[in-house]
Parts: sequence; structure tokens; C-alpha cells
Amino acid sequence: MTITLTTDGPAEDRMPEMKQGLVGVATPRPDGPLKVTGRAVYAAEDLPEDCAFGVLVRAPAPGTITLANADELAAFDGVLSVLQDPAMIRRTAQGGAGKAPRQGPGTADFAGQAIALIVAESFEAARHAARTARVIVTGDPGLIDPAAANPEGEPKAQGDLDSAMREAEHTVDVTYRTPSMASAAMEPHAAVAWWQGENVTVRSSLQMLKDNRAELADCLGIPQDRVRLLAPFVGGGFGSKLGIAPEAVAAALAARRLGRPVCVVQERRQVFELVNRRSESHQRIRLAADAGGRLLGLGHEALVSNLPGEDHIEPVTQASRFAYAAPHRVVGERVARVSLPTAGSVRAPGEAIGVTAFECAMDELASATGIDPITLRLRNIPDRHPQNGKPFSSHRLEQALTEGAERFGWAGRNPAPRQRREGEWWIGTGVAAAFRVNTLTEAEARITLTSEGALVETDMTDIGTGTYAILTQIAGEALGLPVDLVTVRLGDTDLPPGSGSGGSFGAATTGNAVWLAALDLRQQLASRLGCEEGDLSLQDGEARVANMRRPLVALLNEGSLTGHGHIRGGEALKQVRQATYGAHFAEVAVSDVTGEVRVRRMLGSFAAGRILNPLTARSQCHGGMTWGIGMALTEGMVLDRRDGHVVNRDLAEYHVPVNADVPPLTVHFVDERDPWAGPLMVKGIGELAICGAGAAVLNAIHHACGVRVREWPATPDRVLVGLA
Amino acid sequence: MLITLDINRARHSLDLDPRVTLLDALRHHLGLTGTKKGCDHGQCGACTVLVNGRRINACLALAVMHDGDQIITVEGLEETGASALQKAFIAHDGFQCGYCTPGQLCSALGMLEEVRQGWPSHVSPSLEPHPVLTRAEIAERMSGNLCRCACYPGINAAISEFGGAAEGTTSEDAA
Repeated sequence: MTITLTTDGPAEDRMPEMKQGLVGVATPRPDGPLKVTGRAVYAAEDLPEDCAFGVLVRAPAPGTITLANADELAAFDGVLSVLQDPAMIRRTAQGGAGKAPRQGPGTADFAGQAIALIVAESFEAARHAARTARVIVTGDPGLIDPAAANPEGEPKAQGDLDSAMREAEHTVDVTYRTPSMASAAMEPHAAVAWWQGENVTVRSSLQMLKDNRAELADCLGIPQDRVRLLAPFVGGGFGSKLGIAPEAVAAALAARRLGRPVCVVQERRQVFELVNRRSESHQRIRLAADAGGRLLGLGHEALVSNLPGEDHIEPVTQASRFAYAAPHRVVGERVARVSLPTAGSVRAPGEAIGVTAFECAMDELASATGIDPITLRLRNIPDRHPQNGKPFSSHRLEQALTEGAERFGWAGRNPAPRQRREGEWWIGTGVAAAFRVNTLTEAEARITLTSEGALVETDMTDIGTGTYAILTQIAGEALGLPVDLVTVRLGDTDLPPGSGSGGSFGAATTGNAVWLAALDLRQQLASRLGCEEGDLSLQDGEARVANMRRPLVALLNEGSLTGHGHIRGGEALKQVRQATYGAHFAEVAVSDVTGEVRVRRMLGSFAAGRILNPLTARSQCHGGMTWGIGMALTEGMVLDRRDGHVVNRDLAEYHVPVNADVPPLTVHFVDERDPWAGPLMVKGIGELAICGAGAAVLNAIHHACGVRVREWPATPDRVLVGLA
Repeated sequence: MLITLDINRARHSLDLDPRVTLLDALRHHLGLTGTKKGCDHGQCGACTVLVNGRRINACLALAVMHDGDQIITVEGLEETGASALQKAFIAHDGFQCGYCTPGQLCSALGMLEEVRQGWPSHVSPSLEPHPVLTRAEIAERMSGNLCRCACYPGINAAISEFGGAAEGTTSEDAA
């Protein structure tokens, strides 16, 4: 049997009926013991016998490609193949593509693109040959500078913003510039491919196996059922592993040609070029407010970039469409088509930079009006979606702001900048709101219940998000089993298709599929007991109906049971605006001598529906807040203006926050159940915590020392200019 | 070249291309893939192992430079009395994706030994021994190990608990 549910309206909360007491409780990861002993198997590990090693060759610039010394490289000691297969891909697939990205390595769309694969008996031999490759580029590189392009797209206008700006008591008209940013997951993109007859198995570092399987099959020109993907452990994704990447396709092609397994790992410097970047942005933000700070008009226009033919247009203004009420509005993006590395999803595409810039502009309006930044935001919370009038499914921005403010100690703050000094350091505090759209996709899951316990299976991934933990909790809760009697198997396309990890929809989508599979099993157990499912109480491996108690083991003597769950998003995504809300608070110190900024403490207050596991949810929030620190202070890809190559393409020059950059972080969860988000009433948390986090830091810099940094990151030179 | 490595108290004789790094010797030649390759340039710390008791980036060392050395990797931590640190990482959720974790664990053990021996750090108030294991000392000394999931609060809490920090560092640090 299968329980199938399309979310067409508000759901009923059945969690209070469940007795095991696992959901909502801080639960350590069941995969923890494997991860702290080195036994968790990531992509380029547990290599098959006789595995050869491949290293990708990069294009030094965009244009038509010739590998001038291919014959010489092929004759190198240990080299098995110099692969320039027309099926090799030029770009990493976008999330959810489900088909091959552009193929054909004879053309480089951007500097750094993979144009060949050298395969050798050893990694060292392959690397040496790849480094010796002579790549000649000819032809027109195309446009490099987004500012020189004639951009596509037109922001959506409602009312008359220009008039509102002329007539308003207070206005803000500012432009924020944000650089390209890298996901920089710790595990580089990697794949090991081996063929058995016409079937290929690829273990790779991927987020969305269902789509990735379709993409790889399309790249190879074979049916999907001949492709099996494995990704039991993924060393971080953050959007970078949503789509099939060049090393996986190259490994599969090379393994087919050579008739032996091939392992290809992107070198770290290749990851910075081959993996989709977060587009840079140029954001003009206009705010028109009355004397009380109520918004009359709101403009958020963004210029972003991508390669020709890519449908990902960084949705910078996604939250600005519903975040604040204002009758006169201009909101939307334009995209410049350029020969730069592919732009795509990086943790919270759109809101990560869009909310952050907008929340900086809101702070500028607070300064202009003299109104407390929290009060200003509370005065502008809309009753309904400001653009289309739809209701909100649940809206907890007010609670996130006020509960966060209380815990941070916001009350009594002197709003004037440059008021607090400790030695050479100016001290200040800042606040920002957080917004992120919420969605639910489609997933299936299977649970097999035997006398040994429950086995949960789906091709869902755990990219560090805690999938193993929450699916264990959900199944154990509904089936009345302690965590050690629940086993979760993930990351194998032989299992029922889950949602994959992306867009913060994983927990809600695949979690609900597991929940439905467990409800299916409850019905089957009830039928074996001859009772209604609603009268069944399951706890500690025991079924209880009225005064009768039966061990589950006894019920399963007749044979094991299998439950299936299938969920998909429906009308509930269309009839209401579903979103998550939050508030960020930061205290910073700014050196008056060097312009260096140190974050002293941060607090995040988040409303994301039911929190399944406060331990893993909190860690995800720590991650998002820390990415906010990076966005505000250190992170930015530098793209060469002549050929578009990534200048700082390694972890020494692209500065992700290190341990000492991150102060004590406090996370508060606002109590919320969103019935429109599905039966579990859980919404995404992984991305919310980055949205606006950097704005709290940047606004705190202004409060500390009076400097607004509108071109990020706020490196010491950019702060110092304002201090002088 | 023929070399012998003492890894997790077992001797391994290997005939290696001199270009093979210690990291690739572990991963490609011995199947010890617990030690991770994050950057291969000494920039991320994922490959940290203990060599003769000191922490190093295994990607920056050639295997042939370590003939006869005693090497401890994440696979050997349980036998070296570090299982309490591993358990603390689980209890404080000191990882998400887990890819940097082996390096964090080995680095923490090496770091604690450096503190015990009185090595000062950038944040030590004085160059005189002995530094006190504060939150700031842990954060500073662990900054060679990147965690993009940003589990630094959990990592620091776990190390603090295991190392007996002078001041309490919890993974839900009060502001």
C-alpha cells in the first residue's frame, strides 16, 4: 500500500497522539559514530579494485579550444587516456534540471571550464600530465563585464514609486554591490564510476539523486534505469552539488572507454571555477516613508549575471515581494549575459544577498527617521501579501523580532552611532529581519518493519543537514520505536526517490514522506490487531489498544510489513504565501586604527514551523549565521576583468570564516506550527539563518563607527575610508 | 621508493612514487580514507594527522619524508584514549557534513598537547608558560581547520569539555 498526499490545504496535527517522545527532542546524529571514526564513506573513497585516476584540464580563457599536445600527454608514463569526449559537459547542471547541461569540450564558455580529462594509473601521473597540457584558445571570448551588457528582464511595477519618492517625508535611495560568492563545501566535487555491462554505478558528492540520475543518463545517452548513483555521505553542498558536475560525467565516460573504474576529484582550485557561483549583484533600493516610518513606496531592483542560456537568474528580490507593505513598488531582477563561470544556487539563492542588502537599507531608513530599527520593521509588517493579496500561511516576524530583542538585550539601546568606545575599538549593535520562501516538492519513502526494528529507505541525501537524525526520529515517533531500533538508508537511487537536499525543502518533503509511510504501517498494524488506526498507541516497541498490550515483535511474527509514503506540494503552495521569518542581532567592535571588524556576539531568532531536532536545527542556524559573518566581512570572488577567471580560487585567498572569526552564537526558536506546510508542520531552517545575518553585522558596524559599507565585504580598507 | 610507516601502531611497508603525499599514501595506497582531502594545499586542515605526536597537514608532506615515523589518523583515535573527544563531538553536534571532522579531531589532540607543553598563541596574554585553555585560545589554535558547515560552537564545546577548559564553553554560548 501507499499513502499519497498532495498538500492542498491546512493539515491536521497528529503529532500530539504519538507517544515515543522523539520529535522535537535534541537527538544526536545516528551517523555520528561513523563520522568521528573516519568510517563514513564519501565520494572518492572505498575505491573499486583496479581504479584509475583522472584529473580535469582547464581552459585558460573562453573561446574555441585546442589541446595542442594531446599525443605527447598520451605517451606519458602511466597515462591511459586523454579524453576529449563530445559528451563531456561544459557547465554544472542547475538544481532540478533533470537533463544534460551544455556538452562539448571543444568550446570553453568561461575561463576554467573543463576541456579534457587525463586518466592514468596513478593520481600523480594524471596530475603531472594535466599540468603539462598546452591549451590554445582562439576566437571571441564574448562579453566579460556585466556592467557593459544590455541586460534582460524588467522589474515589476505597482503604483507610482517615483511620485511616492517625491512626496514622502523620508526617503532612502541607495545602491549595494555584492561580489560573487562560493559555496566552498569542504568535500571537493568527486566521482568514482564503474560499469557492469551496460549499467554504470557512480558514487559522487551530490544533493539531488533523482534529478542527477536523469542528468547523467542524458549526458551519457543511456536510459535512466542503467544509471545508479550513490551518495550515502556528502561533505557539504550548499547548492553546489544540486546538479551533475563535469567530473562525474567525465569519470563515467572514461570508465566506459577504459573498461575499468575511474575516480575523478576536482582540485580545490577547479571547484572555485567549475561549481556554480552565487552571482554578484548590483542592488538599487528605494524606500519612501511617512513621518511615522510607514512605507509608502519600496523599490528593489537588482542586476545579476549568468552565462547565455542559463535559466538561473539570481532571485535577489524574492522576499522583497512580500516582506513589507507598501502600495507603490518596483521589484525585480535584470540579468547580464556574460562569459563568466556559471551562476547558480548557493545557500538561500536570492534572499541570502537580497534580504541582507534590503535590511541594510531598512537600517538606513531607521537612521533617517530616527525610529528604532525594530519598531520600524514592526510598523511595516503586511497583513496580506502586498503584491497579490494572498494570505500568509503563518507569520511570526513580530515574535522573532521581539523575542530575539529581549534575549539579546536590545532595550535601551542608544540609536546614535559612535557612542561606545573601548580603547581603539568602537562598539555597536545591529539588527536585521530574516525572510525566506518555503516550499515542499515531491518525495517517496519506504519503511520495512520487522522484528528487528524499522528500516527507512529513500534516495534522499544528508549533506550535513541531519537527515539521518530527523528521519530516524520521525519514523520512531510514529511507530513507537526508540532510535536504536530505527535504521535509515539514504543516498542510493535504487531506493524510492526522495526530494533531495536543496531549497530548504528536504526535511519537510522527505520527512513527510517518511511520516506517511509510518502512518501506512500504523494502519497495517491496526488491521492485524483488528482496531482503528486512530485507537492504536505505539510506544517502546509495544502496541496498545484500550487495555490490551502486544509487543510489535509478536505482531510481526506473521511476517514483516512494508509501508510507503508519497507526498507532493499542491494548492497549499498557491493559495497562501508560505515563508519562514527571523531576526538577527549582532554586536561588533571596529578598530578606529585599522578598520578591522570583529564580531563579538550574535543572536538569531527563527520561526520555521515545528523544530524536529533542536540540536541539528541549531547547528544549521550556526552555519547560516556564520555565512552571514563571511558575507559581511570576508567573502568575495574576484573575477578578472579581461578573461573572467577567478583570481582568488582557493581557500587561502577566498576567505571563509575560521573558528576565531566566529563569536558565541545564540539561537532561539520561535514556537510555530504551520499547517499549510504539510502534516509535520515543519518548514525549512537551513537557509533562513543566512538571510539577513550579514545585515545585522553591517548595521552594527554603522552603529559602532558611523560607516555604511555598501560594497561588500566590509574589509578593513572599505571601513577605514569611512573612518578617515 | 621503499618506506615503512607506522600507522595507528601497525607497520606498513610501501613502495611509493616519490611524488605521493602522505595524504595520498593513506587514502590511495592504504585505504585509510578517514583522513580527508579538502584542498591539497594546506589551506583547510581536513587532512590533519598526528606525526610523532605533532599535528601536521598530511597533504603538505611527501610520504617518503616520513619513513619510520609514527602516524596516528582518525581511524586510530579510539585506541589512543581519545574516544571521549569523539563522544563529545557527537554530544555537542561538533559536525554536520562530517568531512572536516577527522582533521578537527586530530588537530584538537595536537593542539591540546601544544598547550600542555606551554606553547603560546596569538591570543595568549604572555609568551611565558603556561597558557590557560580559554575559549579564545581554543578558537585561535583551531583556526587552521575550516568547517564550512560552521560547527565551531560545537567543536569548541567538545574540545573544552575534553580538554578541561578553564572557562565553560558550551555549544549554546550565552551571549
